[in-house]
Amino acid sequence: MHPTAPSKPLRAYGDREGDGMVQLSFVLELPPSAKAREAAKRFAEMHGLQDPLVATMEPAAEGFSFFVVYGHSKHAVDPGEIDVPEVRTESLSREDIEHRIKTRLGRKIVVVGACTGSDAHTVGIDAILNYKGYAGDKGLESYKGFEVYNLGAQVENAQLAARARALKADAILVSQVITQRNCHKENGRALVELLEREGWRRDAILLFGGPRVDHQLALELGFDAGFGPGTKPGDVASYLVDKLCGGPGAMTEIPL
Amino acid sequence: MATVPMDPRKVARCREIAAEIADDVQRYIDAHTTVGVERTILRAYGAEGVDDQGVPLVNTAVERYREAGVLGRGIAFFLGRALIAGAKTVQDAAERLAFAPEIDRGEGGPGPDAAREALREHTAAAIARIDTARKQREALRARIASGPTPLRYVIVATGNIYDDAVQAKAAAHAGADIVAVIRATAQSLLDYVPHGATTEGYGGTFATQENFKIVRRALDEAAQEQNRYIQQTNYSSGLCMAEIAWMAAVERLDMLLNDAMYGILFRDINMCRTFVDQYVSRRFIARAGITINTGEDNYLTTADAVEKAHTVLTSQFINEAFALRAGLKPEQMGLGHAYEIDPWLEDSFLLEVAQAQLIRQIFDKHPIKWMPPTKHKTGDIFFAHVHDAMFDLVGITTNQSIELLGMFSEAIHNPLLMDRYLALKATRYVYGAAKHLGEEIEFKKDGIVARRAIQVLDEALELLEEVKRESIWEAIGRGAFADVKRTRTGGKGYAGVLDRARDYCNPLLDALERSA
Repeated sequence: MHPTAPSKPLRAYGDREGDGMVQLSFVLELPPSAKAREAAKRFAEMHGLQDPLVATMEPAAEGFSFFVVYGHSKHAVDPGEIDVPEVRTESLSREDIEHRIKTRLGRKIVVVGACTGSDAHTVGIDAILNYKGYAGDKGLESYKGFEVYNLGAQVENAQLAARARALKADAILVSQVITQRNCHKENGRALVELLEREGWRRDAILLFGGPRVDHQLALELGFDAGFGPGTKPGDVASYLVDKLCGGPGAMTEIPL
Repeated sequence: MATVPMDPRKVARCREIAAEIADDVQRYIDAHTTVGVERTILRAYGAEGVDDQGVPLVNTAVERYREAGVLGRGIAFFLGRALIAGAKTVQDAAERLAFAPEIDRGEGGPGPDAAREALREHTAAAIARIDTARKQREALRARIASGPTPLRYVIVATGNIYDDAVQAKAAAHAGADIVAVIRATAQSLLDYVPHGATTEGYGGTFATQENFKIVRRALDEAAQEQNRYIQQTNYSSGLCMAEIAWMAAVERLDMLLNDAMYGILFRDINMCRTFVDQYVSRRFIARAGITINTGEDNYLTTADAVEKAHTVLTSQFINEAFALRAGLKPEQMGLGHAYEIDPWLEDSFLLEVAQAQLIRQIFDKHPIKWMPPTKHKTGDIFFAHVHDAMFDLVGITTNQSIELLGMFSEAIHNPLLMDRYLALKATRYVYGAAKHLGEEIEFKKDGIVARRAIQVLDEALELLEEVKRESIWEAIGRGAFADVKRTRTGGKGYAGVLDRARDYCNPLLDALERSA
C-alpha cells in the first residue's frame, strides 16, 4: 500500500487480497484421533478461522497432539484507527553524529548501560554498546563522541543508579531479555521509581531495550524511549544526539 | 572418510603448552580453598538441612569458621575434632560447628592426624556413597542402552520442577536422549544451594538435591518406557559448582555443565574462586563417572564466530588440561563448541564444517558437545528451522557426540513442548538422511574446508603461546577469551577464597586425589 493512500480495514493476505489466510500451530492434550482432529478444527474456528484445514496432526508426546491448521481469518484490522508511539528520529550518519556532538555539545555523551536484576543475557546491551556492535553497525564505544560504561549482567538497579549518578550519565540504557512473569517490567519500573525517589530522574535520558520491548511499553514504564528487536547501535546514537544536541535546525537550542 | 588436515605435532605442542598453563594455576589451586569447597566437604560427609530462614547448615557452619579466620585449616579438621569431643554423628558434629556457643579455634587438643583418624570411616562412607550411585548408573545403562550419537540433548525450563518432570518425559517420548533442566537465571550467583523441591523460578528451575531426585525418577521411568537410556544433566557452575557436583554425583546425574573458565568470563565470578572450585568439583565428577560439558560455545555469542574460532579451540585445550589434573578421563570431557557463524556469510556452512571436523579429530576420544545457532536467531521461526537443519547436518556429518538441538523459537521464549517435538523430528530426518555422509565424502585437499582447519589450529597454537607467555591470569585480564576482561581480584566470591594452612586437613579430597 502506498504510504499516502487512505487506510482501509485489512485482512491477512495469503494468495489474494481479502482471503484472510493464516496458519496456526498448537498442541492439545489429546492423542491423535478423529475426535482430536475435530477438536483442533473447532479450536481454530473459535479463533475466527473459517473453513479450517487441519493440515497436520501428529503425536508430540504421550497423550499430546501437535496440529498445523490453515484457515481464512474473518477478522480485519484498520490501521487508520491505530496510533502507536514510535521513536521518531531520523537515522544520522556516523559523521553527522560525531559532528553534532562535537560542534553542539562540545563534550562526550556519557552512556551507562546494564542488564538489570537477575538477567544474565548481555547480548542486547553488548550489541548496542560494545565496539563490535551488531549486524555490521559498530557500537557506541566506537564513536569518539560517546563515553560508554557497559556494566554487564545482573546489575542491581541501585548499583546502576549509583554508578550512573557518579558518572553524571547523560543516558542510562537498561536491557532486559528475560521476561518470565513480566520481571522485565518490574525491573524497569523499579529503576524509574528509584531515580524519582532520589530526585534526579530528569537528569538523564532513560532507554529501555530488549527483544520483548517496544517504545510504548517503555513509555508506560516511565522511560523516555524503548528499542525493540532489530535496533542497531546507530539508531540509539541518532536518538541520543537528537535529544541532547537538538535536531537538524536546532543549532541554537542546545539544552543546558 | 571426510577428514581435514591436522598436523599431529602442532596438536601435541598445543597440549604441552596447555599443560604448562594449567600447571601454573594448579600450584595456586593446591595452596587454596574456598567456602564453596568446604561446604561441599561437609555435605559429602552427610551434613544436611536448613534453618528456619532457609540457610543451609553447611553455610552457617563454614561461614562461622571463615569469620573466625580459621577456615584455612579445613572444615574437616573441626568436624573431626567435634567427633572426638563427643558428637555422635556427622550431623551432630556439623550442628555443633554451626551453633555451639563456643567456636572451636583449633588451639590445643587433637591435631589434623587425629581429626583424619576420627573421620576415617566417614570418609570411606562418603566415597562409598558416590561409588554406589555410579554403580547403579552403570547397571542401568548396561540393561538399557543409550541411543546412537550424536545424542539428542534438549532443555526444559518451566520454573516448576513437577512440570519439568512432565516435560522431560514428553521430550524422551519424542526422541530426546539427554534432558537438561535449565537453572533459574540468578542461581549461579547465589553463594548457597537452595533446599527442597521448588516450583518458582525465573528463566528456569533451581538446582536442588530434591529437584535432581524428581527429574531422575521421571527419566528412569521414561527410559523403561522408551527402552532407551535417558541422561540427566544440570549445571555445576557458579559460586556453588563443587556442591552441585557432589549432589549430582550422589543423585546419579549423567552429565554436568562444568567449565574451568565460564564463570569468570560470563558470570563475573572471581577467577581465583573459579579455578579452585572447578578443580574440586571435577574431583567429585571424576569419581562419579559423570561427563562434563564445557562452555566454549558461549565465546561465540559475544565474540565473532569467524574471527575468534581459534579461541574456542584454545580454551578446549586448556579445559582439557585442567580436567586431566582433576582426574577426568578424556571419555568424560564433553568439550563444547557451536554453530554460531553469521548464516548470511558466504560459505559459512563450510567454515562450520571445518571447525566441527577439526575438533572431532583433535579430541577423538572426547564426547564433543555441539551447540546450535542462537546469536543469529531473530524470531523468524521458519528460517530458524532451516538454520537448525543445517546445524544438524554438520552434527551428523562430523559425528559430534552430544548435540543440543536448536530451537526455532530461540530468541522468543523457553522451548514449548511442540518446539522440542519439531526439533527432534527435524533432527531425526537429517540424522537418518545423511547418516553415512561423512564416510562417503572427502574434502578437497586444498579447499576452503581444509585451509580453514589449518588456519584455526595455527591460530589456536599461537594464542596458547601468548597465554603461556603472559599467564592465564593476564590473558583473561586483557580479554583473550570471548572479548571479556576480568581481573584477578575482581568479580564475585573473592572473599570466599582462603589460603590453605600448612596443616590443611581435607581427607575426603585426599581420598579423591589418591583414587585417580
